[in-house]
Amino acid sequence: MRDARAEIEHILQSVHDPEIPVLSITDMGLIREVEKKGNVYLISITPTYSGCPAMDTISDDIVSAMNAENLQVEVKLVLSPAWTTDWITEKGRQALEKYGIAAPLEATIDKQALSGEGYKVKCTNCESMDTRMVSRFGSTACKALFQCNECHEPFDYFKCLK
Amino acid sequence: MEKENLYNYLLLLGDNSMILGQRLGELCGHGPELETDIALTNISLDLFGQVRNYFQYAAEVEGKERTEDDIAMLRYEQQYKNALLVEQPNTNFAHVICRQFLFDVYHQLLLNELVNSKDETISAIASKSIKEVDYHFDFSSTWLKRIGDGTEESNHKAQEALNQLWRYSMELFKESTIEAWAKETGVGADLEKLKNAYLSKVKEVVAEANLELPVEEVMQFGGKEGRHTEYMGYILADFQFMQRAYPNMKW
Repeated sequence: MRDARAEIEHILQSVHDPEIPVLSITDMGLIREVEKKGNVYLISITPTYSGCPAMDTISDDIVSAMNAENLQVEVKLVLSPAWTTDWITEKGRQALEKYGIAAPLEATIDKQALSGEGYKVKCTNCESMDTRMVSRFGSTACKALFQCNECHEPFDYFKCLK
Repeated sequence: MEKENLYNYLLLLGDNSMILGQRLGELCGHGPELETDIALTNISLDLFGQVRNYFQYAAEVEGKERTEDDIAMLRYEQQYKNALLVEQPNTNFAHVICRQFLFDVYHQLLLNELVNSKDETISAIASKSIKEVDYHFDFSSTWLKRIGDGTEESNHKAQEALNQLWRYSMELFKESTIEAWAKETGVGADLEKLKNAYLSKVKEVVAEANLELPVEEVMQFGGKEGRHTEYMGYILADFQFMQRAYPNMKW
């Protein structure tokens, strides 16, 4: 299984989340398994949120990217085990921060940050810790909306999901 | 028979999320403020995501080469199995929040049980959905407290919403034939067991919100058997329009 994945890893890395274009689907931890049956690669992917509208696009993009290299592929959606933000790679977290989306915190701290008690999320613009949550739901299902009290820049926070 | 029961149980699970999702979707662009508008439609999106999972599986179980869309869009009113609560209208923001709260508490308890379902796919869908529903509950309970414990007027509106909607709450726990099958086979949950947890959770939040549960309310039933309130037809008229007008259309 590892071999099959290694063979096409560079292709998978070239496929990006359409909502967060700096993140490849491998950095998001969306690829669960790669198998090879004959000439066909069977790729299992898992959604971040049930209703994530990007999943259909991501499946199509994987197929196009594989076909462009003359490889045959079948993409399957698996739900279990459920995706968690822990599967975002270190490289992915850095890419998120650079893009202006605060990376998910640890579950216990996340709870405090979202309930406005204790821990604050660091501003992705000026790195100030003096920020506040504007809305628990943001532009996509996976994000919450924050604003910095110092530089007043609004920014997204990628919610911890475990 | 087993197959048919499983199919019907999936419809029952999916219809609640779908009709509530549709109600919330109606608010897109009409929320009381931008952030709340986004939140409500985000919740709607989560619910529709869950419905897709239930109905894709239902289509597979049925084995008649129908799709999730056929199941979602092309049934008659009496064939929808959602509880009456979720079809109640978006009268005002207090109603929207109260309806959401009364459903979220149930939804959380139910999914927590379904995680242990003997059906692997239902268990996987529940494990996925529960993480999302925890957020829904946080949102609706926080808002209920804010409205209930706000001004005299907001308290009045929240109390009025609760008075109006509470009568639909106990249907969630009244076991239908399909749910009895699901309980006995270990596919579904024992609703009777969830009822006490539901009541204590609701009472706790309602008290904190400075509201009171109506006493001796006559409960309303029938949704699970397809006997809906007058609102259901209007929802379906909107919901099914495209599929009825242009059969088999796709985005």
